[in-house]
Amino acid sequence: MTDTAPRSLFDKVWDAHAVRELGDARTQLLIGTHLIHEVTSPQAFGMLRERGLPVRMPERTFATVDHIVPTHSRLEPFEDPLADEMIRELRSNCAEHGITLFDLDTGRQGIVHMVGPEQGITQPGTTIACGDSHTSTHGAFGAIAFGIGTSQVRDVLATQTLIMGRLKVRRIEVNGELPPGVYAKDVVLHIIRTLGVNGGIGYAYEYAGEVFDRMSMEERMTVCNMSIEGGARCGYVNPDQTTFDYLEGRPYVPHGADWDAAVERWRELASDPGCAYDDVVVIDAADIAPTVTWGINPGQAIFIGDNVPDPALAADEAERASIQEALDHMKLRPGAPIAGTKVDVAFFGSCTNARLSDFVEAARVLEGRTVAPGVEAIAVPGSQLVKAECEKLGIDKVFRDAGFEWRGAGCSMCLAMNPDKLVGDQLCASSSNRNFKGRQGSITGRTVLMSPVMVMAAAVTGHVADARDVFGTAREVTA
Amino acid sequence: MSALEKIRTVRGTAVVVPGDDIDTDRIVPARFLKCVTFDALGPQLFYDERYAEDGTPKDHPLNAPSASDATILVSGFNFGSGSSREHAPQSIHKAGFRALIAGSFAEIFFGNATTLGMPCVTLDPEDLGVLAKLLRSVPDTVVEVDVAAREVRAAGRVFPAHLPGGAHGALLEGRWDPLSDLLEGADDAVALAERLGYRTAAGPA
Repeated sequence: MTDTAPRSLFDKVWDAHAVRELGDARTQLLIGTHLIHEVTSPQAFGMLRERGLPVRMPERTFATVDHIVPTHSRLEPFEDPLADEMIRELRSNCAEHGITLFDLDTGRQGIVHMVGPEQGITQPGTTIACGDSHTSTHGAFGAIAFGIGTSQVRDVLATQTLIMGRLKVRRIEVNGELPPGVYAKDVVLHIIRTLGVNGGIGYAYEYAGEVFDRMSMEERMTVCNMSIEGGARCGYVNPDQTTFDYLEGRPYVPHGADWDAAVERWRELASDPGCAYDDVVVIDAADIAPTVTWGINPGQAIFIGDNVPDPALAADEAERASIQEALDHMKLRPGAPIAGTKVDVAFFGSCTNARLSDFVEAARVLEGRTVAPGVEAIAVPGSQLVKAECEKLGIDKVFRDAGFEWRGAGCSMCLAMNPDKLVGDQLCASSSNRNFKGRQGSITGRTVLMSPVMVMAAAVTGHVADARDVFGTAREVTA
Repeated sequence: MSALEKIRTVRGTAVVVPGDDIDTDRIVPARFLKCVTFDALGPQLFYDERYAEDGTPKDHPLNAPSASDATILVSGFNFGSGSSREHAPQSIHKAGFRALIAGSFAEIFFGNATTLGMPCVTLDPEDLGVLAKLLRSVPDTVVEVDVAAREVRAAGRVFPAHLPGGAHGALLEGRWDPLSDLLEGADDAVALAERLGYRTAAGPA
C-alpha cells in the first residue's frame, strides 16, 4: 500500500498505533487510553503484583466505579461486603500506582463509558481499551475502542499494549430520514436484528450515512455501544464538526492553539472517499420502526407492531429450538403481538441510554403522566454529571412526580451486580443492552429491550406499548 | 519468566452443553463476579442452569457423573457471546476444562480463552452434530483435540478442526500468554505514545 492509497479510519488509526508485528498476523498495538473499573481490574493488578511488574504508563489509565455501586444510598461501607471490598481494592490499586480515579466524591463518577466522553478523555484517532465489552461506545468519537479480558487489562497495565489481529471493516450506511418516534436505539436494534448477533465477528463496524451524519454524539454513542451485541467488538463513526463541538472545552482536551491543531489532525482521520471495505451494508432509515426484543438475545427483536415468531414456522430445527427456548423463558405465546405484554418493572438507565438527551426526551413525553399501578419504575442517570444537570433542569421532578424512583449514577439494573435486581419472573421494559437469561439478576427474570421513550410508554401504560400511540408521534428537537 | 507449556494436544472425556449463543452471563452468573480473585469460579460454572434456586442439582450435562473428570467442553455456535469478562473462561478453566470445541466462538471470549492456554477449535456444523451425538450416546468416549494437526478425533472418527493461525502458532510454540512478548516491545510503545501526542502527564489538559 502506498501513502496515497485511500484508507478507512480504522486502518489509519491501527497503522499509527502498531508498535511491531509479531508474526501470524498479530500486531503489538499501542493502547493510547485505558479505562478501568472495579470488576475486571483487581485480578489484573494481582497478576502484576505476582510478577513484580509496575504499571508502565499510569497517566494513560483512568478509573471509575460503576458496576457494583448501589444507586439508592452511597453510604459506606456498602451493605454488600463483597461490593465494599471491590471499591476499596480499586482505590488502593489506583493510589498505589498513581492512577486517576473518578471516585464517588468527585462529582464526576459514573458508568465508565460515560465518564470518558464527559471528561474529554475519549478522543478521535485514539485506541481505547477497557475490561468491558461496551467499550465500543467510545467509537462514536472516531476512536478504535474495544472490550478486553482481565489478562489483557494486565497486559495494558504492564506494557500499554495489546496483541491483536487486524479486524475487517464493514461499513453500515443508514440513509434517508428516520420516521418520527424512531430513535438511535431502534436503529441499532434493527442493525443487530438484520445482521445477527454474530454477524459482526471479526469486523469493526463503520456507521455512516445521512442518519449518522445528523445524529448527536449521544445518539452515536447509543449505537456504537451495542456494536458488541451484533458480534462486532468495535464500532465507530467518522469524526466531524458534531464531534469537535461536543469535545471543545472538556477537561482533558487541549486548549487554545493546541485545540485548533488537534481538530486539524482529527479532520484527516475520517475514512477517505473511495477506500476499500470488506463489506458494505445499506439500510433505508424509512424502513425502521420502534423496535423491541422478544427473546433472550438482542438480535431477537421485532417492530412494536409485529407478532413474536412462531417456532412452527421456523426455517430449520436450530431456529425452531432457539425460538422455542426464548419463548419458554419469556413466557410469550407463539405468534402473539408483543404490544400489550404486561410489564412489572420499567428500567431507564445503562451505558446505552442514560445520557442527558435521553433524559430530556423521556421527560418531555413523561411530563404530567403517572406510572401505571403495579409497575416499579426507576430512573438512573449514567453519571453524576448527568444527574446534576437533570436536577438543574427539573427533570428529576418530572420523574419523581410521575412515580419513578430517582437514583444515583451507576450500572444499576442493567446487570446483577448491585442491589437493583429483578425478582422472580418479573418482566422489565429496559433501556439497557442485554436481554440474556438472568442478566437483570433473577434466573427467571425477563427483559424487553427498547428505547427510553418506549420505556416511558411501558411505564405509564403497564404494558409493552407503541410510544407513538401513547404520546403522539411528534418528535421535537431534543437537547 | 518461565517458559510456557507447548500445547499440542488435549486428550480426555468431554461434556456437551448444547445450544447456540451461550452467553457469558449463563457461563457465570453476574452475581459471582463480585470477587477480587478468580479462585472460586470453578464450581460456579453454569450455576443457574445446573442448580435450582434452593441449590438442588438440576438435570444438566455438567451434573452427570461422567462429567466430573471431563477436560473438553463441546457446545454450539457463537459460544461465549456477550461480556468481555474473563470470569467466563476462567470459570471453565478452573472447573478442569483444557479445550473447547464449538461451531464458532465469540471473539473476545476466544482471545481470553487462548490467553489461558485453552484451545478453542471449531468444527463444521455437520461434524459438530456427529460428535455431539456420539458423545451423548457414549459419554465416556475419549476425545483428542489435536492442535498441531487441526483435528478432533473420537471413537475412530477424525473431524477436521479450524483454529486461526495466530492462536495455532501461539499454542504450539508456548506463546499463548503474550505478556513476555509485549514487555519486549514496551519501550517502543512508550516512545510511540509520545510521538502520537498522548498526554503523558497526569491530570486535565
